[in-house]
Amino acid sequence: MSDATTETAPVVYLDHAATTPVYPQVIAAVAEQLARPGNASSLHGSGRAARRVVEESRETIAAAVNARPSEVVFTSGGTESDNLATKGLFWARHKADPRRVRVLSSSIEHHAVLDSLHWLESEAGAEVELLPVDRDGRLDVESLAASVRRDPESVALVTVMLANNEVGTLQPLESVVEIAAQHGIPVHTDAVQVMGQLSLDFAASGVDAMTITGHKIGGPLGVGALLLRRDVELVALLHGGGQERDVRSGTIDGPAIVGLAVAAELAVKGRCERGLFLSGLRDDLINRVLDAVPDAELNGPPGNGRLPGNAHLSFPGCDGDSLLMLLDAQGIECSTGSACSAGVPQASHVLLAMGRDQATARGSLRFSFGHTSSSRDVDRVVEAIVPAVERARAAGVAGTAGGRQ
Amino acid sequence: MSGGVDSAVAAARAVEAGHDVTGIHLALSRNPASYRSGARGCCTIEDSNDARRAADVIGIPFYVWDLSDRFHEDVVEDFLAEYAAGRTPNPCLRCNEKIKFAAVLDRAVALGFDAVATGHYARLVKRADGVVEMHRAIDHAKDQSYVLGVLTQQQLAHSLFPLGDTTKSEIRLEAERRGLAVAQKPDSHDICFISDGDTAGWLRERLGAGAGPIVDPAGEVLGTHEGSFGFTIGQRRGLRIGQPAADGRPRYVLDIEPVSNTVTVGPREALAVDLLTGIDPLWCSGTPDEVMSCKVQLRAHGAELAAVARVVDGGLDVELLEPAFGVAPGQAVVVYDGTRVMGSATIAAAGRRTPV
Repeated sequence: MSDATTETAPVVYLDHAATTPVYPQVIAAVAEQLARPGNASSLHGSGRAARRVVEESRETIAAAVNARPSEVVFTSGGTESDNLATKGLFWARHKADPRRVRVLSSSIEHHAVLDSLHWLESEAGAEVELLPVDRDGRLDVESLAASVRRDPESVALVTVMLANNEVGTLQPLESVVEIAAQHGIPVHTDAVQVMGQLSLDFAASGVDAMTITGHKIGGPLGVGALLLRRDVELVALLHGGGQERDVRSGTIDGPAIVGLAVAAELAVKGRCERGLFLSGLRDDLINRVLDAVPDAELNGPPGNGRLPGNAHLSFPGCDGDSLLMLLDAQGIECSTGSACSAGVPQASHVLLAMGRDQATARGSLRFSFGHTSSSRDVDRVVEAIVPAVERARAAGVAGTAGGRQ
Repeated sequence: MSGGVDSAVAAARAVEAGHDVTGIHLALSRNPASYRSGARGCCTIEDSNDARRAADVIGIPFYVWDLSDRFHEDVVEDFLAEYAAGRTPNPCLRCNEKIKFAAVLDRAVALGFDAVATGHYARLVKRADGVVEMHRAIDHAKDQSYVLGVLTQQQLAHSLFPLGDTTKSEIRLEAERRGLAVAQKPDSHDICFISDGDTAGWLRERLGAGAGPIVDPAGEVLGTHEGSFGFTIGQRRGLRIGQPAADGRPRYVLDIEPVSNTVTVGPREALAVDLLTGIDPLWCSGTPDEVMSCKVQLRAHGAELAAVARVVDGGLDVELLEPAFGVAPGQAVVVYDGTRVMGSATIAAAGRRTPV
């Protein structure tokens, strides 16, 4: 089903929220740095040269997100940054005061946060509260405030993502910070999806720790950072040479870090125009798909309440996996939610938290735009969606009912 | 694509035959969440990865379809219910009937595919009148037409068995030639949803252990067992009866009566049956004559037995020319005309034309 169509038409890549295509400038910069010898921790000339490039990159990245260079802790990416922030903050805060056992978060976090919190609960004595979201997937700030008020002294940290990776809903982080700050509770946010799409200002955000990563902004895979305020105590996750502020060990990956810096610069430089362009494509796709498939439903808020590049739709009676396969066969690449390691479809915890039932949750697709997207991509989706939905509906019935009788 | 060598080569051959092929791996675990945490162990994910790697090498798209709910309902629950009723089901046969050539095929057809191709060893022959016949594979040792004997003409018309004309050893060599890493992967034999292979233990866990009597054909109690679900008709080992039989000969399970939880044991000749009562007969390539001289097979990889079968009022009576041993209700009797599968029925009762 696939080859004939993909040969004649270019692939429509609408899965930027999973991984963005890498900027050519990033590839050039990484290749150039890979060709240079030197460990950034070495004291000789080659080491100093490598260190210089890493520190210049750190300054570039800090400037891109309005942080100080010393607040940029390089990691292997979003998952490590989330683990480091949640576990590191919990361990440090709990050690300083054993009463601090509560971790407050939302029910729609990425698994890198969610599973870290579950680990803290089962292995480190944490009490995790996942606070509810509304039907649009926006954190219920009141319930967070109430939860903090109940016993502020016992809260170790609050972690709430800046924008949801599946449905794109922007979270009320300002209110979260305001609530936590009243009691000196540190706040971590996973901002992986936001960088390059909306303005990201670490200093102004008021959070203590922020996760960013390279492969969502046109940079390399396997490199990211935890932006960490200088005065925040954090227990290390990885032990060794203590290369990154003593909270992260591991030989500094100069080439990847250079790539991250180039991508950060490009992502931030064109952000305003890109944001407008992407939200235009997004709204065009949402409106035209809803016209073509009248019973489809948008998940998450319309307009400015969601990421510029995110369109997330439910198609009643369809299995998202069938839709994905049918579109894939037409060269249209999207996602049923966040990618799953084993490839086994599961109803999204985000959609369930938003009050959708299992069937709706499994009948959903995420189209995510980025720096290589164009209006042709939207046209192709609109052309393909109706026959795909018709077939997926027929297959959905065949797959769930009694089958061949 | 299970992750084994057969389905990998079947997919490669289907591509070579000019078909537009998509690889599908079935996720059949009841608890899909267990895939994430790996609670079910590495094997399932490893199989899925093997299948994915084979699809990569062949150059076809690959997806995992979650049929765990259907599989649980139609195969696992059925397996339990059959055992609970004292019958001996074949879950592979049920899976072919309800999952691979029903749920999967239905979904595939709805999605725009024409057929399901599998790595089963059987041959399909399209007659001049358009009817598709199923025949035994060339490799009789690997022939799987028995577990496909429950398929209807409609299902066969939408099936492809690309391996039926080749022996297993040649398939392994072919896989090697094609660069498929699964070429030497061992065959799977056990029931796929009983991961440790301990069927009796698995049944006991779910159906409950309950001690009951072990009796001889006259009803005399010889001992006790710890749950009748651990036994199958024809079983000899593991009876753990204290005293030997009077004549010193080995004893076999003759009957399992779930309601009274009684296991009857006796000599091998008491296992001999030559009259089978079949129910729910199904003819995959046309209704046969009312009385037919044929061959029958009673279990996967079992012997071919000469028989006379009679279609009777919604059922099938089978007279075996020579007696068979260890036939349990719940097994399928598959009827052959030479190498051609005519159809099948489920054995409801087995007995003797003339009492012993």
